[in-house]
Amino acid sequence: MSDFPFLVAMIAVPAVGAAAVAALPRGRELLAKQLALGVSLVVLVLAALAAVAFDTGGDRFQLTTSVAWIPDFGVDFALGVDGIALVMLLLVGLLVPLVIGASWEDGAPGAGTVPEAGTEARSMRFFFAWLLLLEAFMVGVFAATDIFLFYVFFEAMLVPMYFLIGSFGGPRRQYAAVKFFLYSLVGGLIMLAAVIGLYVVSTSELGEGTFAFDALRQLDIDPGVQKLLFLGFFVAFAIKAPLVPLHTWLPDSAAEAPIGGAVLLVGILDKVGTFGFLRYCLPLFPDASRFFAPMVLVLAVVGVLYAALLAMGQSDMKRLVAYTSISHFGFIALGIFAFTTEAATGAVLYMVNHGIATGLLFLVVGMLIARGGSRQIGDYGGVAAQAPKLAAVFLIAGLASLALPGTNSFVSEFLVLIGSFPERPVYAIVATAGIVLAALYILLMYQRTMHGPARGVVAPPAGDGPASGPAGTVDEPGGGGATAVLTAPARAAVRFTDLSRREIAVVAPLVVLILVLGVHPQPLLDIIEPAVTATLSDLGATR
Amino acid sequence: MIEAPDLSLAALAPLLFVFGAACIGVLVEAFAPRDVRHPVQVAVALVGTGGGFVSTLVYAATQDLSAGGEITAAGALAVDKAGLFLQATVAGLATLAMLLFAERGLDPARSAFVAAAAVPAGSPRDRELATATRVQTEVYPLALFAVGGMMVFVTANDLLIMFVALEVLSLPLYLISGLARRRRLLSQEAAVKYFLLGAFASAFFLYGLALVYGATGTIRLGEIREAVGEDGGGTLVVLGLALLVVGLLFKASVAPFHSWTPDVYQGAPTPVTAFMAACTKVAAFGAILRLLYVAFGTEEWTWRPLIYGVAIVSMIVGAVLGLTQTDLKRMLAYSSIAHAGFLLTGVLGLGADGEGSGLAATMFYLLTYGLTTLGAFAVLTLVRDGDGEASHLSQWAGLAARSPLTAAVMGLFLLALAGIPLTAGFTGKFAVFRAAIEEGAWPLVLVAVLASAVAAFFYLRVIVLMYFSPPAADGPTVGVPGIPTTVVLAVTAAATLALGILPGAVLDLAERAAIFVG
Repeated sequence: MSDFPFLVAMIAVPAVGAAAVAALPRGRELLAKQLALGVSLVVLVLAALAAVAFDTGGDRFQLTTSVAWIPDFGVDFALGVDGIALVMLLLVGLLVPLVIGASWEDGAPGAGTVPEAGTEARSMRFFFAWLLLLEAFMVGVFAATDIFLFYVFFEAMLVPMYFLIGSFGGPRRQYAAVKFFLYSLVGGLIMLAAVIGLYVVSTSELGEGTFAFDALRQLDIDPGVQKLLFLGFFVAFAIKAPLVPLHTWLPDSAAEAPIGGAVLLVGILDKVGTFGFLRYCLPLFPDASRFFAPMVLVLAVVGVLYAALLAMGQSDMKRLVAYTSISHFGFIALGIFAFTTEAATGAVLYMVNHGIATGLLFLVVGMLIARGGSRQIGDYGGVAAQAPKLAAVFLIAGLASLALPGTNSFVSEFLVLIGSFPERPVYAIVATAGIVLAALYILLMYQRTMHGPARGVVAPPAGDGPASGPAGTVDEPGGGGATAVLTAPARAAVRFTDLSRREIAVVAPLVVLILVLGVHPQPLLDIIEPAVTATLSDLGATR
Repeated sequence: MIEAPDLSLAALAPLLFVFGAACIGVLVEAFAPRDVRHPVQVAVALVGTGGGFVSTLVYAATQDLSAGGEITAAGALAVDKAGLFLQATVAGLATLAMLLFAERGLDPARSAFVAAAAVPAGSPRDRELATATRVQTEVYPLALFAVGGMMVFVTANDLLIMFVALEVLSLPLYLISGLARRRRLLSQEAAVKYFLLGAFASAFFLYGLALVYGATGTIRLGEIREAVGEDGGGTLVVLGLALLVVGLLFKASVAPFHSWTPDVYQGAPTPVTAFMAACTKVAAFGAILRLLYVAFGTEEWTWRPLIYGVAIVSMIVGAVLGLTQTDLKRMLAYSSIAHAGFLLTGVLGLGADGEGSGLAATMFYLLTYGLTTLGAFAVLTLVRDGDGEASHLSQWAGLAARSPLTAAVMGLFLLALAGIPLTAGFTGKFAVFRAAIEEGAWPLVLVAVLASAVAAFFYLRVIVLMYFSPPAADGPTVGVPGIPTTVVLAVTAAATLALGILPGAVLDLAERAAIFVG
């Protein structure tokens, strides 16, 4: 059973599926969706079976496969997972089918947003094909144990996401897509230089250059060189994660991406950054990691607070959720660079929980936008009276996002804070303030959109007085220009329908996970902890 | 008793194929009846370039090259492994370019080349000819001579032969740059500019040759190396070296010797631009590598800082000025300048003793860049409006909606030029960067990665236009390519993907071919 090449299959199945979906003739949209959903479910099953086959007490890297790929560069197509990668693969396997389900009825550009004037409906075949290709690359990026291979997947991921944002996004999709691509590319290219540098160091130390993670981990690199190489990797991951001040691409990208793309962008792609800190920065450059840890911690804590403050100021729901993510990534970075097992385990658990909670939040916001046709908080009010289930799920997602005890995020946030407090008390205390801000931005958004009288695009119940019109172009934060298009066409107020069966099926698994993992996170912790311990022992951390 | 110089006919077979075909082409031009001339010329050109390609491979496969190669033609040519790799690259790319020349399905006038180059542009006779379906075929033998010159260029073992080859490859290029059927004034301007600046560059090269000869008393590359190694480099050698390098950098369109590139790339008929961008680059870098390592390898510290600086200038100029372009052909010209800078990072990745992976990396990069840029220009020939090719950026808006396949192929080439993984461009870039870092040139690589990021912006902009913009109301039409262009697009696109996903075999070949003799 454990000899089955799960990881290869998890890359090959969606890649082939993507080609098949793209090759379907025009007009077979339904078949394309069904095929894409089927393929993504196969990947989910494979991920689950891989988790079963994974032995939590066994080797650090399991389910390994290795084939020589480019012998001249010493590159192997080497795959394998530790506990950290495994839980990320489970998250990938879980989110992609849900995203496909959530995008089922999108036919117009800009899922749920106002279609831009002059663009006709785009074929959704390619949307699903890009989604599957992205899934293949996401699996690859977490499963690679060869740094060259990791880099290839890291950069290749940009292309499908670029097309998802650019072809199917909101009004400013061109700007957002290019900004996303360039930010990531700059980071990636700097990392490329560091990857090559690492290879050259391995050539001089081992006699033969290698990209294999296990061999590179044992190098004894000169501290000065370590610092340079660390920075090369760090910049790429800090852009991906994103850490303040390299975060400005995320709100634009997440706001303009179609909801499905935004879920994967924030839920998975950004985790590659924090995953990279743990997998590559800490074990490969232990001295440099300790040297730069104070700097990273400052950035992390500043990010927690600054992004939370910005989130409160947003009037666009998608941007708000994007800023909450940046705040959460600050917590994750804090947990990783506190160098204690509890904090780092909490950080990895946070990566999973954040994918679930923020994924759900994005999905619900998408469902809200699909009904109202506006991203502005000010255009909504009193939705709960007309769509109670929607409001309930929105509340659950929001509470999970602000880490209420009983939800999954509480466990991870608590672990991060309690784990970092003994080593870094000041940072932990300051970061705690972020929790208060989180309650503010989430509850304010919930209250404004769900409660109160019906207003904006929400039509009041028959018999009430006339609704005040949509909010129009008021409170537009720093958007100007094209963003104004979004609110300019006065949308007719509509009665809000409650969640359909399809939508319930999409959100139900996430709601269940939020509650289950909130009270019983142990299975995940069992998988994560050995890998975190191994990572920190590479670093030479004591606790 | 006069002894005939030793001639290894097997080693010269590729050159004989190309030059023979060129001479036959001239005769065909003179004697064949007009209506069969085009098919015959195309056949001769393809046999010449294809034969050159195949005979290079056959020679490399059958001969014993354990010594690295042989020096033949009285010491004038060094047919070594690296030379053979570069010859095969030139001949192979030229075969594809000839297919682009032969395309008759796209232009309503059945050819991209002017019917009578001597008729003044805009004259009544010119207007009459512009719509006539008369096809002139002198471009084929001219291009063949250029190909032959390039193949000599990369194997030249003495400076004089190198100079002759430089002229043999340049003069036909000047001419065929001026042969565009449409926008003739632009084309003629390009030809004149190219000729004037090229003549200066040749003069620089010749002057440098004279100085080096004066200092060392020889024009053989190997003997120059010995002479310089014994006496050390005097002022004359340094000056001569600088002038020789300037002449070659001009051909390779390296900034600051690049000023002809955008104008000529824009004005020349697009198939000719494709030919120049791919083949001339290979030939020029082949000669640069040979000159620097065979003749001046011991003078490393004279030229290394120079090449270092020029590489940085070229990358920055290409990437930054490329941002401001609104014409695709000019944009690709600046891209070519930036890529010349990346290639120079590979050149610097070769140690003085011939160790290091720089030579293999540079040759591999030349191959990938040649294929990709040839393919990109081939796509440009498809997108047309009433006035020939629609190369203005704005005309490409929404191309994906109009012709998904064309846009997809162009998107692939652009991603490859930007160096995105799983395309040939990434493998090449990785190879040259690795070579440079191994030689300790990591600051250069840092500049290179930043320049790549800047350059990526203008490649991405085209993708944004093609995919994410609504189509223009009266946009261009996408022509249905005939068999020749289809073949070129299929080969280049397949190679761009294959060299990105499974580059092992070709990298290995380049690695084994990375030996100069002389």
